[in-house]
Formats: sequence, structure tokens, C-alpha cells
Amino acid sequence: MGLEFTFEVKKDVLIVRLAGELDHHEAEGLRDQWKDMLYLNPVKHVIVNLEQVSFMDSSGLGVVLGRYKEVLQLGGQMVVCSIPHTIKRLFEMSGMFKIIRLEENEEFALETLGVAS
Amino acid sequence: MRNEMYVEFSSVSQNESFARVTVASFVAQLDPTMEELTEIKTVVSEAVTNAIIHGYNNEPDHKVSISCKIHDDGEIELTIRDYGIGIEDIDEARQPLYTSKPELERSGMGFTIIENFMDSVEVISKQGEGTSVYMRKQLTKSKTVYN
Repeated sequence: MGLEFTFEVKKDVLIVRLAGELDHHEAEGLRDQWKDMLYLNPVKHVIVNLEQVSFMDSSGLGVVLGRYKEVLQLGGQMVVCSIPHTIKRLFEMSGMFKIIRLEENEEFALETLGVAS
Repeated sequence: MRNEMYVEFSSVSQNESFARVTVASFVAQLDPTMEELTEIKTVVSEAVTNAIIHGYNNEPDHKVSISCKIHDDGEIELTIRDYGIGIEDIDEARQPLYTSKPELERSGMGFTIIENFMDSVEVISKQGEGTSVYMRKQLTKSKTVYN
């Protein structure tokens, strides 16, 4: 099945929309492009939309954590939204929500970052 | 015992999805819930990824094996094995957030996730000989009529 991802920039926010399965095999390609988007655009914050993700394991958490550290260095925030139930459990188990904010959907997430959608 | 299977494959990352889908289709005959199926797919993914990245340092020319037994009462036994470098300190490796390869952007949560999703986890490892992760999980019984 694999992973598909798209990026969109709205003001100073990079929106990352993921679909499919995010495991170790898919993690590297995502990381490289995500990093490029983060540094080639004048963005500060990141919203990760997980609505269409059908599978994620700890390799996926690793990629998100890696970008979280970069967003911190840019002085921004990382927000995760539209998280499916099974992936939410994985995030909770790993303590991810102690450092990454969760919002119900992309629109809310954008609002909290000061961008009207 | 009611049924068992064994599969062996190359230590390449493409096989992570192959491994979890294969085990998921095998245990499907026990009629697991979606949640149980996700848990099993996740632990297979974690253990196979560990074998490839850590056991074999990402070298593709080795083999990872999975054996899976299912029992009439809905119990699953799963063993994922590599013949790689082995783990020096198993207790340390099982600590949440521990990773021996921080440069690879690992979250260090693999074993913690496995422990959370399975009823029991035993790791047997010998340096230079490899690592076996032996796991058991009892599926909820409510649904199935046993044949």
C-alpha cells in the first residue's frame, strides 16, 4: 500500500497530509522531503494531518519527533490533527502529546496558529 | 495447537509491510477485532524493523524469520528471529526512549509498544548469533465459534 504525502504552505504554516502506511521503509523518503519543505519555505509551524493514515509504528513516531525538534529551533509549534483512534493510542503510549498539541481537524489547527482557512 | 506457519524473508525494509500483512492474514482465522489486528501488525512491524536495522545494520543479504502458532482458545504465539549481531544489554534495549542509533531518528519506543500490545514478551539474544523475540497474546473470546 505504501505512503503518500502532500505539502501545503499557508502563511507561516507547513501542512503535511499523510495517507497510507508509515513504517521504517517509508520513513526515509518522507523525512527528506519534509525537511526540504521546512527549510525551503518561510514557515515556522507545522500541522500534521493524519486522517488518511491506516498504519503507523515507532518509525513514524521517529520522523514526527525529528521534525518536532526542527520546528522548535525555528521557534514554532507542531500540531497534529485528525488522528485515527489506533494511531492516537500509539501517540499516547509514547508520551507524544506531552510535547505535541492535538487538534480535532486542520481548520481548528490553522486557527490556533493564527491562520484563517 | 490448531495451526502454525513459518516464513523467512530477506532483511530489506520492503518486507516490513509484507511481514505484518502476512501475519495479519494468518491470524485472521481467529476472527480478531480490528484493534487486535492493528496491535499484531504493529508488533510485527516493530520486531522486523529491529531485526533489519539493529540485528543486521541494514545489510540486505540476511534472513529474518517469523513463526506463528494459533491455538483453539484464541492464543497467538509469535516468534520473530534474526541471526545478526545480537543485543549487548537486553534490559537497556527494552527501556522506553532508548535507541542505539540516535542518528537514524529512531523514537526508541519499539519494545515499549511491543510490551504494551502483547501479553508477554521474551527476548533471547546472543552476541554474534542473533535475537529472538517471543511473544504471546490472548485474543478476546466473545465472538468465535470454534470449529
